[in-house]
This record gives sequence, C-alpha cells and structure tokens, in this order.
Amino acid sequence: MPDTPVAVHPPVIAFVGNPNTGKTTLFNALTGLSQKVANYAGVTVEKKEGICHDQHGKSLRILDLPGAYSLSARTPDEAILRDVLLGRRTDTIRPDRVICVIDASNLERNLYLALQVLGLGTPAIVVLNMMDIAEVRGLKISATCLQEQLGVPVIPMQANSRKGMERLRVALSQVDLPLAKSVDYPPPLQDALAKAHELLNEAALVPQSPTFTATASLLCSHELDGSPGNAAVVAAREGLERDCPGWEEKLVSSQYNRIGELVRNAVEQHVIGAPNATEKIDAVLLHPFFGWLILSGLMTALFATIFSVADIPMGWIDEGFGWAADWIKARMAEGDLRDLLTDGVVAGVGSVVIFLPQILLLFFFIGLLEDTGYMARVAFIMDRLMGLVGLNGRAFIPLLSSYACAIPGIMATRTIANPRERLITILVAPLASCSARLPVYVMMIGVLLPDDSGSVWTKVGFMLGLYALGTVGMFLFAWLFHRKLRSDSDSTMILELPPYKAPALRAVLLRLWERARVFVTQAGTVILMISILLWAATSYPKPDAGDDTDRLTQSIAGQLGKQIEPIIEPLGYDWKMGIGLIASFAAREVFVSTMSILYRADDPDGEEGTRPLRTILREQSRADGSPLFNGRTCLSMLVFYVFAMQCMGTLAITRRETNSWKWPLFQFAYLTLTAYLAALTVYQGAGILGY
Amino acid sequence: MCAGSSGTVKSIQLDTDDSFRLREMGFLPGVALRLVRRAPLGDPIEVEVGGAHLALRHKDAALIQVKVAPDA
Repeated sequence: MPDTPVAVHPPVIAFVGNPNTGKTTLFNALTGLSQKVANYAGVTVEKKEGICHDQHGKSLRILDLPGAYSLSARTPDEAILRDVLLGRRTDTIRPDRVICVIDASNLERNLYLALQVLGLGTPAIVVLNMMDIAEVRGLKISATCLQEQLGVPVIPMQANSRKGMERLRVALSQVDLPLAKSVDYPPPLQDALAKAHELLNEAALVPQSPTFTATASLLCSHELDGSPGNAAVVAAREGLERDCPGWEEKLVSSQYNRIGELVRNAVEQHVIGAPNATEKIDAVLLHPFFGWLILSGLMTALFATIFSVADIPMGWIDEGFGWAADWIKARMAEGDLRDLLTDGVVAGVGSVVIFLPQILLLFFFIGLLEDTGYMARVAFIMDRLMGLVGLNGRAFIPLLSSYACAIPGIMATRTIANPRERLITILVAPLASCSARLPVYVMMIGVLLPDDSGSVWTKVGFMLGLYALGTVGMFLFAWLFHRKLRSDSDSTMILELPPYKAPALRAVLLRLWERARVFVTQAGTVILMISILLWAATSYPKPDAGDDTDRLTQSIAGQLGKQIEPIIEPLGYDWKMGIGLIASFAAREVFVSTMSILYRADDPDGEEGTRPLRTILREQSRADGSPLFNGRTCLSMLVFYVFAMQCMGTLAITRRETNSWKWPLFQFAYLTLTAYLAALTVYQGAGILGY
Repeated sequence: MCAGSSGTVKSIQLDTDDSFRLREMGFLPGVALRLVRRAPLGDPIEVEVGGAHLALRHKDAALIQVKVAPDA
C-alpha cells in the first residue's frame, strides 16, 4: 500500500503592526485576491487570511492580524492579536513566523509593539516601512544597525511603491530565521516578573519561556476579569505590586529606555525647519472655518452620490431581475416550483444584489478617505459633537451613510475600535431615514395633503420633519444606550492623525471586493432566506380562484394582518395596512406596492393604474363612513415608519457585524416597540386634541 | 498651553488604566511634545509626540502634566 503523504500545513506567517503602518498594503500585495475574511469566533474582530508563494513556489498562509499599539490589550482587536501570538486561540493556529511592520517615520512608538512581539520568541522579520516619509522628516535610519541590535532581519521598504518587496519575499523563504536577542528587564522588575511568570505558567496561561514578555502583557491587559485564570492573574499582580511597586510604570519606561538606545545608535536626526506637507494641509482642512466648509462639502458630495448615482445601477438590477423572472415564467409550466423560482429565489437574490451599488459606492469613498488619511480628521472634527451622546468621532461617517442605507452604514462601523461605541452606533443606525423610506413618506404625505391643499413647501416641511424626528431619535437612543451600557472598558480615546498620502487604488478596490463578498456571502444568505419565507407567507395557502388581492388576503401574511388588527387598531390602521406592515419587512418600499394590490381591487374605476394610488387611498372609508386615511392615521403611519426597523437587510447585517442573533433581535424589538408607542401617541394624542 | 506651543512631559497621573496607555503611546516624563491645534469645536486637541500626531480628549490630556517651554 502506498504511503499517503502526511499533510504538512504550510507555514503560517502573521503580519503585526501599529495601525496605519501599511501592514495591510503589504498583506494585499502578497496575497491579492486569495484573501478570505471571516470573524474570529465569539468576537467581532475580522480575521483576514490569504495565501502567497515564496521564491521557491512553496505556499505560505498569511495572516493579517488586527492593528495594535501594544500587547497589553485594551480593545478586542489587541486581545486577539495577543492571543493569536501566544497560541491561546482554538480557532487560529499559532503563527510560525511574525513580520513586524514598523512605520519608520514614527520609530519609537512602533518599536514598542515590535519589541514586545520579538520578546515572545517567535522567529521574526522586521519591516521598516515608509522609509520615504522618514527621510522627508529628516530621519536617516540604518537598517543594518537595527538588525545587529535586534538580532533579526530588518528590511527597509516602501510598501506603496513595492520597493523592497523582493527582499521580503526572499526573507520569507528563508528556512531558519534567527531569534531576536532577548534582553532582561532591570533587576527588581526582572525578578518580580519571574515569580509572576511562574504563577501564570502553573495556571497554564502562558507557555514556558525564557523571556517574560507574555507574562507582562497578560498582566497589563485589562479585559481579563471574569475569564478563567483570573485568580492567578490577580495573585500575580498583587505579588508584583509587593515586590516591585510601580511595576507597570517601570515596565513601560524600561522598554522606552531600550528603544531610546536603539534609536540613538541607528538613527541620525537632521533638523528640518519647514513644516511638512501634512501640517500645511491640516492647517486648511482642520481650520476652524474652512475645515467645516470642506467637511460639509465632501459629505454632501458623498451623500448625494450614494443617494442619486446608486439609483441608476439599482434600476438596472431591478429591471434585470424582473427580466430574469419573466424569462423563467415564459419557459416554465405554471406551478409552485415556477413561483418559488421567480417570486422567491430570483426576487430574493435580487433583493440582495440591489444593495451592492450603495455598498460599493460608500466603501469606495470610505476607502479613499481612509487611505488618504482624511478619515481620522473627520473623526477629529466631529468628536466633540458625537461625544455629547457618548459616541466618538468615528461614528459620524457610518451614521451619515445610514441616511442613504443603514446596511453599508453598519458595515462601516468597523473603524470604531471601542466595542461598546461600535455596538451603540450599529443599534441606532436604522433610525436615520434611509432612501427606502422615501417612497412610503412620499405616498403618505401625498394622501395626507391633497394636491389642491397646502403648498409644496408644506410637503417639504413634513419631509424634513420626518428626517429630523429620526435624527432626534437616533441621538436620544445613543445617549440612552450610552447610559445603560456603561462599562469599565470606557477607555481613553487616542486617535492617530496619520500623514496624508495619495490613495492606493488597488488597495481601495481590493477592499471593495472584500466588502462586497462579505455582504453577499454572509448577510446575503440570511436576506435570501427571509425573502423566500416572506414570499411563501404572502403566497400560501393559495385560494382556488381569484386575483392577486384574494391571494394576498388569504395567505398566511393576510391572515396575520387580520389577526394583528386589534393590536394596530389603536394606531388607526385596518387589517389591510397590517398586511402591508408585515409584507414590508422585506423592504420598506414594498409597503407601497402592497397597498396598491390591496386597495386597487375595490376601485370602482376598475382598471388598474388609471388613477393615482393616493387618490384611491384617500377615498377609502371605515365602517362608520369616515375616511380611513384621515390625518391622524397618515401621521401615525409616517411616525411608525420613521422608527420601525422594517428591513431584513439591516437585521442580517447586524447579525453579521455583531456576530450574534441577540443584538439584531434586540434592535428589531426596541425599534418596533418605539415605532408602535410613537404611532400610538400620535394617533391617540391627535384624537384627544380633536383632530 | 496654547496651540503651537511646545513643552516636555513633567509627570503623568498614576494608577489609572488610561494613563498606562498614554505611557505606552510615548507620553513619558521628559519627552518633548507640542500642542499642534485644537479641533474646530475646541475638543479634542492634537498633540505631536515622538513624530506621531495624536488627538486626545481634554479629560485624557488632563492626566498629563506639562512643563511649557519658555519660548514657543
């Protein structure tokens, strides 16, 4: 029997570095389209992995670990980085090698993380990226000298222009990498850490190792409370405090002392008097007056583009899928299978794809803003305002984008590092009146204000009022959640303002591709599932005869609509509107088409489409003869749609982005309840006031 | 400190979780820093330290005691 070859896993190489070091640019350059993006189990940190080939054609697995400033974790991202490097995660193999990417123009702080990582004892390569920027700043760095002092290969690079790529590839295929020189901490600290290390090692929290970096970073992390091994950590911390008071402070300063020495030996600093380009640009972009002007100009452009330009391809997609459904209809025998295919599957896939134009456009802009460095400035300008309700400046773009569509908006919350602030941003994003609400707003305002009464401006005023109502709700709930979800991880906001640079189109496009794929594969499946369920609910059981109206009224959704009538009656709605509410969970604008199917049927004029829907709706009357769509009902309906989360896409993306069903369900519940109560207040309140 | 002025870190308030991260970011006693500007709304502030530009909120920046250089 021939030997089956033993499956040796390809070497795993991890990229580590501060944010904004060009780590991801390098990762992209090496892996290209082979990247896969998923979540680490149990958290919402993204796991990015790809394959690349070394000089000899051997494949290597490349892991792009989250950007971090230190192994002493303060955020989930940093905890993931630390745990992967220590081999403490069950879902990720411990890397065989580490590439530390360092921003050469900001050497000291970048070396802080690099020294921690080198201290873990994994074979490593140091990449000195952005050598060009360092040079502009008057820094002459000797890679050879750093290499001698650190004991590992140091490769100078400019990842943007791919300078140094070949040397990196050669280094990647090197079989035996030297280990970093280990350096002891100063005496009292070293001895105290040795004791702490023993304690943690016994508790199986850190591996046996001659250096105590792992121990130190675990002890300085502040999210361990409540996790297994906590007792050992507390004991070790107490021991350290006894043996070496002020150990945390000493730990950091001993590291910086060593960094100071490294830098003194390897760097020649030339004083450059003139302010650099970034400072000149910032003088304008962060100017107290022009800063606002430029920000609002850019945001208006961004918003207008997502809102209007995306409409064109969305129309094509709509038509395309309609055409596909017709094509199938023309070729298949009538029956349940045909309906499932056309009205369930094709329409469902269509309702996934329809979001892509907005997602792609938004992420193209966000990619440009991130890549140039302007994104951090937006956060800088907006931080004070967002801080009023407990959010940070980075929440601004996701929330603004949500006025076009909450789905890309929620996807954009990835840039918010603090998990609590990110969650709050996700939870309130659907309160922004998205473009799908517009058709409903337009229809209901049309019913409320007949053409001959009130000017255009009254209608515009109503529309603005609805947007304002949603916005107020958004800030109110953000503030409420901020109060309720207060936690001790309420940490410092340190926002880095990186130097400006020209955007790398390739990186932006790769990110687009990655976002689109994540959306289609991970949220799309949920959307497709829900839309098939909704299709079934609005089509079955089938009546023996009758038109669309009979089909809808006798379906599960129709019966549900009748059953919820007692619940929605206090809001001023009848069962037909109930059906509309249920059907429009697929997407808010479906409410309009459902209303059309339900009410056109009894239209005395008979023929479809001859009179505007709003006229027909206005003529509907209740049992007592009073008009069904009176002012109170219209207002109540409008207010309901301002708050209600009538959108399966948002539900699906919240599930993906929070990595659980708990938050999307909570979001759905709180928004629906708010919508109900607000609509109830409006309807009943208007009644009491005598309208 | 007014925008544009420089100084050195005198001390950082101890014993808070927040100050540990500030230290790790390079705010250590003796380190030179420069207040580059305030945000258009006054908060946060932009500080240059060790070649990096960092934005800090007032409440965090308050942990850092600075000795202002006489001439800025």
